Amino acid sequence: MNLTLKIWRQKNAKDKGGFALYTIDGISEDMSFLEMIDVLNERLIGKNAEPVAFDHDCREGICGMCSMFINGRAHGPWAGTTTCQLHMRAFKDGDTITIEPWRAAGFPVVKDLVVDRSAFDRIIASGGFVSVNTGNAKDANNITIPKPDADESFAAAACIGCGACVASCKNSSAMLFVSAKVSQLALLPQGQVERKQRVQSMVAQMDAEGFGNCTNTGSCEAECPKEISLTHIARMNREYMMANIME
Amino acid sequence: MTKLNSKIPAGDLETKWTKYKSSVPLVNPANKRSIEIIVVGSGLAGASAASSLAELGYQVKCFCFQDSPRRAHSIAAQGGINAAKNYQNDGDSVYRLFYDTVKGGDYRAREGNVYRLAEVSANIIDQCVAQGVPFAREYGGYLSNRSFGGTQVQRTFYAAGQTGQQLLLGAYSALERQVGLGTVKMYSRHEMLDIVMIDGKARGIIARDLISGKLERHFGHAVLLCTGGYGNVFFLSTNAMGSNVTAAWKAHKQGAFFGNPCYTQIHPTCIPVSGDHQSKLTLMSESLRNDGRIWVPKAKNDARKANEIPEEERDYYLERRYPAFGNLVPRDVASRAAKERCDEGCGVGTSKMAVYLDFAAAIERYGKIQVNKMNLHNVSKERILELGKEAVKEKYGNLFDMYAKITGENPYETPMRIYPAVHYTMGGLWVDYDLMTSVPGLYALGEANFSDHGANRLGASALMQGLADGYFVIPYTIGTYLSQDIRTKAIPTDHEAFVEAEKKVQEQLDTLMNIKGTKSVDHFHKKLGKIMWDKCGMARNEKGLTEAISAIRALREEFWKGVRIPGTQNEMNLELEKAGRVADFIELGELMCKDALNRKESCGGHFREESATEDGEAKRDDDNFSYVAAWEFKGVGESELHKEELKFDVVHPSQRSYK
Repeated sequence: MNLTLKIWRQKNAKDKGGFALYTIDGISEDMSFLEMIDVLNERLIGKNAEPVAFDHDCREGICGMCSMFINGRAHGPWAGTTTCQLHMRAFKDGDTITIEPWRAAGFPVVKDLVVDRSAFDRIIASGGFVSVNTGNAKDANNITIPKPDADESFAAAACIGCGACVASCKNSSAMLFVSAKVSQLALLPQGQVERKQRVQSMVAQMDAEGFGNCTNTGSCEAECPKEISLTHIARMNREYMMANIME
Repeated sequence: MTKLNSKIPAGDLETKWTKYKSSVPLVNPANKRSIEIIVVGSGLAGASAASSLAELGYQVKCFCFQDSPRRAHSIAAQGGINAAKNYQNDGDSVYRLFYDTVKGGDYRAREGNVYRLAEVSANIIDQCVAQGVPFAREYGGYLSNRSFGGTQVQRTFYAAGQTGQQLLLGAYSALERQVGLGTVKMYSRHEMLDIVMIDGKARGIIARDLISGKLERHFGHAVLLCTGGYGNVFFLSTNAMGSNVTAAWKAHKQGAFFGNPCYTQIHPTCIPVSGDHQSKLTLMSESLRNDGRIWVPKAKNDARKANEIPEEERDYYLERRYPAFGNLVPRDVASRAAKERCDEGCGVGTSKMAVYLDFAAAIERYGKIQVNKMNLHNVSKERILELGKEAVKEKYGNLFDMYAKITGENPYETPMRIYPAVHYTMGGLWVDYDLMTSVPGLYALGEANFSDHGANRLGASALMQGLADGYFVIPYTIGTYLSQDIRTKAIPTDHEAFVEAEKKVQEQLDTLMNIKGTKSVDHFHKKLGKIMWDKCGMARNEKGLTEAISAIRALREEFWKGVRIPGTQNEMNLELEKAGRVADFIELGELMCKDALNRKESCGGHFREESATEDGEAKRDDDNFSYVAAWEFKGVGESELHKEELKFDVVHPSQRSYK
């Protein structure tokens, strides 16, 4: 198929940036979206032009590194799918596709489609863990966990930290990301000891990073490639309230 | 041979590690605070080592090339992690896990290392559960297990098809906790480009900040490479796009021996190549072989659809050839069997280079179990299949979804098409029992080292080894070295060795930028991959390997004359990053072929066509090849072979049989 690509180009963090137009032909519907960009880049290099910079690594939908905003949607048109798993059969011949980086104050653009998501690391470092040193653990089956709790905890833990929730939210809120971790650990016996402190520290760090608040529009859940549920935000709010009341 | 001392402790196999731990020299807490350790890589091995060493009190610097340590490719591991817990009461034990691993590796691993791995395996599960890793559980609240290839017990712990993700996020959370405490300094988007050597010891690294392009010097009393495997030498593999050999290769050039480079794991169940645009291959977890049955049509060039081929005209070739293990034979065996069928003309799909992985029988079986569980009567066949599909979805849903997205086919209705693909490299930097390379102070952990899997790795053992090395081995063994180093003050990075090393790295970057050729980096990488896959892939022979070596040498020349890298080096430049990695892959590819040429026997993932039994199985030659091939770098394209003899005191090597 033949396509027109409207891609955000920005030399570095200080550059103002803008859209560039490219036309591309000979794209097969069996290609992944990133393979289509590979083809574009290969042709740009052939013309001695700079290829489009974008983040990607595993190309299996699990590392969370790919991060394109495609036609106004994080990771493009397919539900529950990362950009790397999106395939060109989602588009048709003659389409114009607009490709932008994540846009949020907490995710400054590094170059072209590459953004800085280190804020997420700092949020985890503020409390997204169980403080257990290596070697402290008792036998794993001494901790029994009801299957529904384990399953729900796992569903939250499936977050890949890509930032689609932030990019989709009109408030650039990171609450789905933060709540997924809070929820995962709040549901498990291992997470109980630090439960209060965890939610307080993580929310404080989230605010410090410049992410907005949640106004329940639900776009994060709709665009999350791992379909993390909005109910985790509700749980985080409860956790946060309880932690503050009990002080 | 004198150059290689594996330092396996003396004594009985069962007590080696216990005795070692209680006699290893210690570093007191005050001294630990003034010792700095560099960890390169943040996957299971790197994150677990960095966090565990920081917990002990060392000052740690951790580097990764991705935007966050949580992206490391361990995250993509699907199926599970082995541990000798015997929770299933099915006869598992440390000895049995040890035995399965040594046998699975076709008797090309060290007994001492493998036994230690099996010993600490149970601690790993405990540690991960304590961190809040949500493993799959039974209704009673206890941990669930499943089977993997090459074993007859259920010892694999899992979290749906995302076990690697959950384990890595556990290790990552431990790492970030230390970052928050200030004991680990994290350098994301940094790539290590050389080791700094002072007085014959590894004392630091040169790293490039991938955003600014600036080179940085970092000192460490010791340097740990936890940089994964080199499967991307084949261009197409299940590895992440960024996975590379550069750190290990730079270490090799500084004197670290490379062990068994030709041992490559070709995983039997991956989604087949769909065209020239293909950028990577996607694995379908081995756990699927618990329930999926592999088959091809009995007739050659059968053009019918899978559903149109009646049962009696299907060849379940693994069940036919290996009745004892059936579809759960080890990976090397399953891959070769698929290749054999396709080469015979029985392959399926448009390319005819694929076999079926069929869940129809499993769906029906699970459906009937559900019917019984739910106490239903007079249930229609459709309802049974519906219930069966739900059960299969719960077990493998994410894998089925991934398959559907990539191929556009529904695997609940038609069998998956699969074909082998490069997945893991058993070879890597040679290390002794302490995980130290042949360079003092330089360690290699996880897939980056060569140690525990011999010539073939069993499924669910990579996660086990990465975490064993990082959580439970290195925190002890590094004391042997660092206890002798407590008087060494931090060396300022204006030391001439740092200046020299940086200059050398800068020169290579300048050279690459100044070639200004006409071909992209990928052009060369694809060419290299094709040579490697054709001549050093699932089957190898003397003629092909000899041809490959000259083809790779020619390609190396072409690369250094013809590569084109747009942009500049003082900015984020992804092509420049790739170019450096491909330059190293080209040199490594040559060494892999040399190693494969030298090893005239077949063993594990290394199949030499000249060395096969009458029924086409791999034929080992213990009299001549029961050794680790450790290669010393002697200049580009030049290497010297050192042999570490393998001694088997407990397990007696025999023809590996899964029949």
